[in-house]
Amino acid sequence: MSQNLLLTDAAGRPKNPAPTGTPLLSVQDLHVTFSSEAGDVRAVRGVSYDLHPGEVLGIVGESGSGKSVSAMAILGLLPDNARITGSIKLEGRELLGLGDKQMSKIRGKDIAMVFQDPLSALTPVFTVGDQIVEALSVHQKLSRDAARKRALELLDVVGIPDPERRFKNFPHEFSGGMRQRVMIAMAIANDPKVILCDEPTTALDVTIQAQILEALKNAQELTGAAILMITHDLGVVAGFADKVSVMYAGRPVEQGAVDEIYYRPRMPYTIGLLGSIPRLDVSGEHGRRPLTPIEGNPPSMVDLPDACPFADRCPIVTDICRDAEPELLPAGPDSHPSACHRRADLESGTIPIDQVYPVPQIPETHLDTVPRAQRSPVLEIKGLQKHFPLMRGAVFKRRVGTVKAVDGIDFEIREGETLGLVGESGCGKTTTLLEILELVAPQAGSIAVFGRQAAKLSGRERMEMRKDIQIVFQDPMASLDPRMPVGEAIAEPLRTHGWSQDKAYERVAELLELVGLEPYHASRFPREFSGGQRQRICVARALALNPKVVILDEPVSALDVSIQAGVINLLDELRAKLGLSYLFVAHDLSVVRHIADRVAVMYLGRIVEIGDVASVFELPSHPYTQALLSAIPLPDPRKERERSRILLPGDLPSPANVPSGCRFRDRCFKYASLNAAEQMKCRDEDPVIVTRPGKEDHAAACHFADALEVV
Amino acid sequence: MGAFIVRRLLNYVVLVFVATSLAYLGAATAFHPKDMYLQKNPPTPAVVMYHELNERNDNPDKPVLERYAHWVDGVAHGDFGQTWQLDSVSKHFSISVWVTVRLVTVAAVISAVAGILIGSFQAVRQYKFSDHAITFGSYIIFAMPVFVLAPLLKLVAVQVNKAVGGNTPLLQYQGEIDPDATGFWGQLFSRADHLLLPTISLSLGLIAFYSRYQRGQMLDVLGSDFLRTARAKGLSKTRAILKHGVRTAVIPVMTLVTYSTILTFAGAIITERVFGWNGLGSWFTDATNHSDVNSVAVITLFSAVLVLIAGMLSDIITAVLDPRVRL
Repeated sequence: MSQNLLLTDAAGRPKNPAPTGTPLLSVQDLHVTFSSEAGDVRAVRGVSYDLHPGEVLGIVGESGSGKSVSAMAILGLLPDNARITGSIKLEGRELLGLGDKQMSKIRGKDIAMVFQDPLSALTPVFTVGDQIVEALSVHQKLSRDAARKRALELLDVVGIPDPERRFKNFPHEFSGGMRQRVMIAMAIANDPKVILCDEPTTALDVTIQAQILEALKNAQELTGAAILMITHDLGVVAGFADKVSVMYAGRPVEQGAVDEIYYRPRMPYTIGLLGSIPRLDVSGEHGRRPLTPIEGNPPSMVDLPDACPFADRCPIVTDICRDAEPELLPAGPDSHPSACHRRADLESGTIPIDQVYPVPQIPETHLDTVPRAQRSPVLEIKGLQKHFPLMRGAVFKRRVGTVKAVDGIDFEIREGETLGLVGESGCGKTTTLLEILELVAPQAGSIAVFGRQAAKLSGRERMEMRKDIQIVFQDPMASLDPRMPVGEAIAEPLRTHGWSQDKAYERVAELLELVGLEPYHASRFPREFSGGQRQRICVARALALNPKVVILDEPVSALDVSIQAGVINLLDELRAKLGLSYLFVAHDLSVVRHIADRVAVMYLGRIVEIGDVASVFELPSHPYTQALLSAIPLPDPRKERERSRILLPGDLPSPANVPSGCRFRDRCFKYASLNAAEQMKCRDEDPVIVTRPGKEDHAAACHFADALEVV
Repeated sequence: MGAFIVRRLLNYVVLVFVATSLAYLGAATAFHPKDMYLQKNPPTPAVVMYHELNERNDNPDKPVLERYAHWVDGVAHGDFGQTWQLDSVSKHFSISVWVTVRLVTVAAVISAVAGILIGSFQAVRQYKFSDHAITFGSYIIFAMPVFVLAPLLKLVAVQVNKAVGGNTPLLQYQGEIDPDATGFWGQLFSRADHLLLPTISLSLGLIAFYSRYQRGQMLDVLGSDFLRTARAKGLSKTRAILKHGVRTAVIPVMTLVTYSTILTFAGAIITERVFGWNGLGSWFTDATNHSDVNSVAVITLFSAVLVLIAGMLSDIITAVLDPRVRL
């Protein structure tokens, strides 16, 4: 890679859009310390950056890295027990030390903020319109009519349809995406100079995330504001930011232009982060690229020793790393600053970037060589349906409709195979799982496990059958009893099925080793483990009875990226070692692409596309799958800049109010391009799922299915 | 909707009837009204005693169910029977209930408002001196039964009056009004003066109670995202807390406040006794002491009605305060 190539990127932009003039927001040597009973928690330890007008700075890091705290320090919204030192200057004016009254004049006017969770960020008891009007009237002297007019304008700008009516709605009448739009409307109400975005799309589905990022971009163009984008998602930053700061243990460990960070990382932590995310766009020789997890956990922020905080997790650690904390310095004359003692070796190529982390082998099983058709099915779902009555009213309950959560789906899983079930929240994924786990006759359709109909099982047979189907839940904090030692938790399924105490005890030790923990961990309580370890414990519990099918309900979505990779690799390894079949439910398509053999895409209670991973991801044929894949940001700045996204309008319709004909048609971009006769077909005929021509294992439910490459 | 309301009201009527009947049967079985006559010195002649007991429908020699049937029949015709003094229960009730209303209304309003404000204030100043001090005070009040608190207040009043001196005592602590008070302002002042101590005695406990709940709710709200949003918009801390915080935190507390407030109207037994107000509470104790089944039954009936009103009202208040809940 020659230096010259790096002066411009693929899109022809200069490498550094050399910022000139005084910075808009200048943060210098910011420290934030919280006093706690355990001692001082040094949440932020020396953050410095300049933000110029119109610029987007991405701050990337895992939970606890201090990225949100540093943003809250800028707004002056940290709790009273926080001690803040350093300097935060807005257009040359020092903000640290200003009182609440003076800061109130800056908050919402010069610096606005968009928070992570739109569901809780709006006051539930006031209408959306009133809350925007309030944001306006705090800073501007406006008549009631003028404020209302401006608020309606803002709602329109951020893409809320029918603002007149929506103005009078309460937050709970809005979807998550809509609420986040309202947050953006409030943020840009007073034409701020800086917008701080703290994980603005983390709580949202991918198609909604794409909409919100678009709305943010529009808002930025409209106001010319600089944006500080805090996120853990390297994909979001790649396409959105001009420069990036990677934070670890309260400090920036690498800072530079976005391309620099992604293509020439100079700090093992950044390298590890980039290597540990499953990619939608990269497939290795055998269809998969192995993930390189970062071992261990971030350090406690109390009593940090004078050493590199990443030393314990770093594969290229040397003695000096444990003696002094590295400064944030450039690795070479033409390089961006990073905080690593070995940055020179990384710069010179003595240590090749792609060999920093040992690349794990993707385990293979004998079953992989057996053609799919010759393997026996372990789980067969036919025409599964689950409808719920919709009740209204807290005081006077009455039935007002039917929620069609799952509305006739078919799929089968064969021995040793992983089926990924993907879709946005509310599409019926979880209901499907619960119906399967119930092992009784569904409302309609059938569930067969190992060729036996669930409906025909006797009570005793059903109990036996449960041994063979186990589940791992999304949130490992909530799915372990905090008062039960983990050994007991793992032994519980064994004891339920009549194992003796001694035998169960032996099995627990064996299971703990199987998932990468130590047998002596059995007597510890869940709170003594990190999120990743807890998820391993949940996996051990699910495997206790030697099941043949494991249902994984979003098993890694609650974990940080670096931890995620370890759990994914473990699941992969266990599948090979124990010959398991997985039903892997996720909203993250990159994870599914990495781990699954086949994938089923759900929309409003139906499967709209199903097939082997390569076919579905490379040649998606249903417009929904295409939009879904296109909405996922890639952790690759050049590709991101070249991609054009398919933006779906609106939200997922309510499963209580399913459109006639094709249920996707009112959000479908293809529908809009059809002629009247064709549109009529979409309106009147419910499409059935049919095999794609020339394909063995790829089917889509669209009248006008057509392959389109989107990644 | 209409059918729902009718069904619910019908439910209520049945509940009130069951509660009152149980109270009647319990009292009629447990009381020994004859003793009242026999303990007198000289004892009432048997003829007079039975005559009066029959008059009151309280003759223990008649089977309980027979008396109950007679009572139900009377109630159905709007006749609630007679008290132990052979007055009409209805008349006695219509006098006492207003005494109680005059006594507790002010206290109920003051304690709701003060409890919510104090609780919110405490939450904002969590673990500061003022929070600790108020918490400490609240626990002292919790630990002190009203029958200690009320006489204590009376004692304080006596000392204050002594210290101030003058012909008429400054703080009044007996009855509702000075019979000598004249003119509108004179009577109003006298009423307020007589109301002061019982109001304090009633409110302190309620304030302590409400403020604990409001403090807890408020602490949840103070950590909430929407309050942070309000401040990020540029609202000052105080304004954000008052407008967005208290308004939201009060919703769950209102259920509790509604129930407690409505139920104080069933009579403040000890406060009424100590400060000499002849309200429902005093009547209830007197009736129990005199083995008066009819009075006990009517007060129970009234309490049952209040419980149901409180339930309905708290549902309505929640629905009004919280747009997420719709009727």
